[in-house]
Amino acid sequence: MNPRITFAVATRVLTQVRRDHRTAAMLLVLPCLLMTLLWWMFEESGAVFDRLGPGLLAMFPFIIMFLVTSVTTLRERSSGTLERLLAMPMGKLDFLVGYAIAFGVVAAVQSALAVALSVGLLDLDVQGPVWLLTVVAIADAVLGSALGLFVSAFATTEFQAVQFMPAFVVPQILLCGLFVPRDQMPTVLEKISDVLPLSYATDAMQTLTRTAATGDVWQDVLVVAAFAIAALGLGAATLRRRTP
Amino acid sequence: MMKNAVEVADLVVRRGGREVLRSIGFTIERGSVTGLLGPSGCGKSTLMRSLVGVQQLTSGTVKAFGEEAGAKALRSRIGYVTQAASVYDDLTVTENLNFFAKVLGVNKGEVAEAIDAVDLRSHADVVVGQLSGGQRSRASLAVALLGDPDLLVLDEPTVGLDPVLRRDLWELFHRIAARGAAVFVSSHVMDEADRCDRLMLMRDGVIIADDTPLRICEKTRTDDIESAFLALVEGAGDQS
Repeated sequence: MNPRITFAVATRVLTQVRRDHRTAAMLLVLPCLLMTLLWWMFEESGAVFDRLGPGLLAMFPFIIMFLVTSVTTLRERSSGTLERLLAMPMGKLDFLVGYAIAFGVVAAVQSALAVALSVGLLDLDVQGPVWLLTVVAIADAVLGSALGLFVSAFATTEFQAVQFMPAFVVPQILLCGLFVPRDQMPTVLEKISDVLPLSYATDAMQTLTRTAATGDVWQDVLVVAAFAIAALGLGAATLRRRTP
Repeated sequence: MMKNAVEVADLVVRRGGREVLRSIGFTIERGSVTGLLGPSGCGKSTLMRSLVGVQQLTSGTVKAFGEEAGAKALRSRIGYVTQAASVYDDLTVTENLNFFAKVLGVNKGEVAEAIDAVDLRSHADVVVGQLSGGQRSRASLAVALLGDPDLLVLDEPTVGLDPVLRRDLWELFHRIAARGAAVFVSSHVMDEADRCDRLMLMRDGVIIADDTPLRICEKTRTDDIESAFLALVEGAGDQS
């Protein structure tokens, strides 16, 4: 790996996001709008918002980064830019980590806005340190990016890439403990949810709202980060310099 | 300095059950412009991908400057232009080149030089997606010029370009070759043949002629490469 190249990839991706005004605006504004919608739905019962809100804060960066990354990487693969880069002195990890950094930065800004709005205006009740919500969101975004990079290897069109979202993401949303607490699910499903990364992200967010102790949160963040690194490793394995 | 830039021996590439390259062997010397001419689908792009080291080979060897194609040490010495313009549509020409310059570890000063070389200075700050097809492929070509590569592999770089610009680019290729680099250019347009020092004619995964354009015409007793190509193909048909 070469820091100069990794950094070059990260800044390039960020320039591309900035250039595309509509995408940039949606990345930043959509999570805020959706949080507001959730708050409005439960205007009468603030307790429900307090229960669901944190989970949603974990989910946005994950879903959005998964989609954005799988489509952009697929574009790199099909436009020939990836082939050109791999014919250059570019390490596979430079490419992947560059992407992860760029989308990590986007996620940081995105969740900082969503967290500030939720805690500041919508009165989301958070016992733990608020900034830690953003840390969890970043870990989540990197995880989404890493998984998106990985699945893009199995898609040959953008249609297929988008279809991986319901396949990879929706089951995690259903099982992450937001709808039914994980310990109240059938045993098999609970076991499955134990090996899904979004469960840990949701746990981390929910712990933060309940208690000021951060030990468990950091443990969850570590698990999410481990999943992200594993997915990046798998993603690297799918990047081939020589293709048929 | 090693004279041969490229050495290919017994190269076979099979894709989807079809032999795209059928036992190809040749060498390319430094300091010359070699043209690879043939109809589309004859295996030109596969051969070029093999030279750059991004093609899975079925058998045979491809070496550049004594090392196996695709070796780490070669990656900053080879400039490669794929057939589709491999640049980012949502970045400007300059942003694209700055990015690739950073990846190659090339001085930023070379970016302006490369843009001038492909005559895109007036469009340097335009987003690539808004350029014409020819302009985009020139932007892609500019990337390959970064870092003064010792081997330039250019897959149909002049398609759809204005004749004046085409002439200028061929002059550029010759200047680069004169500096000691090897330039390998493919085209499916036969009238570009005369611009090459050496010509390889390709059909169905086989090289059917490999000589200077003049000598190919002499040998086949024809006046132009198009007729020479026909003579070669039909001659081969008679023998079998």
